[in-house]
Amino acid sequence: MAEKIDYATLKRGGFMRQKQKNRFSLRLHSVGGAFSSDDIRNIGDIADRYGNGTVHFTARQGVEIPFVKLEDVENIRADLARVGLRPGVCGPRVRTVTACQGSTVCPSANIDTQDIARKIDERYYGMELPHKFKFGVTGCHNNCLKAEENDVGIKGSCRVKWKEDPCISCGICVTACREHAIEMTDDGKIAVDYAACTSCGRCQRACPTDGWETHPAYTLTFGGQFGSTLIKGQECIPPIDDEETLFRVTDAAVGYFKDHANKGERMGKMLARIGRDEFEETIKEAYRG
Amino acid sequence: MADFNVADKVDITDVVCPVTFVKTKIALEELDEGQILQVHLAEGEPLQNVPRSCKEEGHRVLKLENNGDGTFEMYVAKGPDDEA
Repeated sequence: MAEKIDYATLKRGGFMRQKQKNRFSLRLHSVGGAFSSDDIRNIGDIADRYGNGTVHFTARQGVEIPFVKLEDVENIRADLARVGLRPGVCGPRVRTVTACQGSTVCPSANIDTQDIARKIDERYYGMELPHKFKFGVTGCHNNCLKAEENDVGIKGSCRVKWKEDPCISCGICVTACREHAIEMTDDGKIAVDYAACTSCGRCQRACPTDGWETHPAYTLTFGGQFGSTLIKGQECIPPIDDEETLFRVTDAAVGYFKDHANKGERMGKMLARIGRDEFEETIKEAYRG
Repeated sequence: MADFNVADKVDITDVVCPVTFVKTKIALEELDEGQILQVHLAEGEPLQNVPRSCKEEGHRVLKLENNGDGTFEMYVAKGPDDEA
């Protein structure tokens, strides 16, 4: 008789069972939707060789090769490895890290999202946890990457401080600010209400004279999910100014989830069950260092 | 009115992005370095983007005046040509 197939192990290795008998959709490891043109050509070749000549771009910027047969699993792994690709993961672990193009390409971005996504991927990808765990990195408050739908969302922010010398008192920043946090005084000086400022950076981006000192920052949200239940991730600390603090905080969030979540329970559901207070205290402690 | 020696004027309130900046850029190309262009532009998207784009292309925004009717006057001095 045929051997019993361990679907869970296949799924962990990125092979997702299809509705068709003995057909699997192979998920590839990816970060922030970034592939070289060689990668894309190689994926096409492998889809021709082992699949049905189609490739699926997933909802989270990944790539899957559908219609792969079980007996080809080892060969396709070897062929992928030869061209520097590897299968991805599914199931209860840290999933594909998503990211927008970020500051190396996009004029709006406050942070290098691709670099942060790669670092998160190196640190956490595939880590075993009570349930799936998603990171998403978006470069600015336009939020193309939808940070709040992730268990941990990272959004590029920009702290600003007005510089008197280059300012020509044009008032563009006043109109650019969506929070109405900027006022121009009668003598043409700029006053910022930092309690209302969300550090989105629109003021400095619209400025025609470089009239702002700027510092990139990371705004984090926790406990989001966007599946059958929709929960919006929430902030609990100010924007983070440096990478060291960023990873201290993400370590704390992942660690807390690992220690407190039930099996099959997402972070948002966990927080709804046990409350946010202790979690937020843990995050604040990590933020303070 | 600002006290500038304006070399040319351009009205970009009748076009939308990206033509707003294209019109401005073409008008600036006709000028010599340091000459001043007056741009009549609308608030909203053109105001957020055209002055910034001028700065990014190496021109110097000298002043912006609010006309109080949803339009602005921008005075921009042409920067050095980057073509050799």
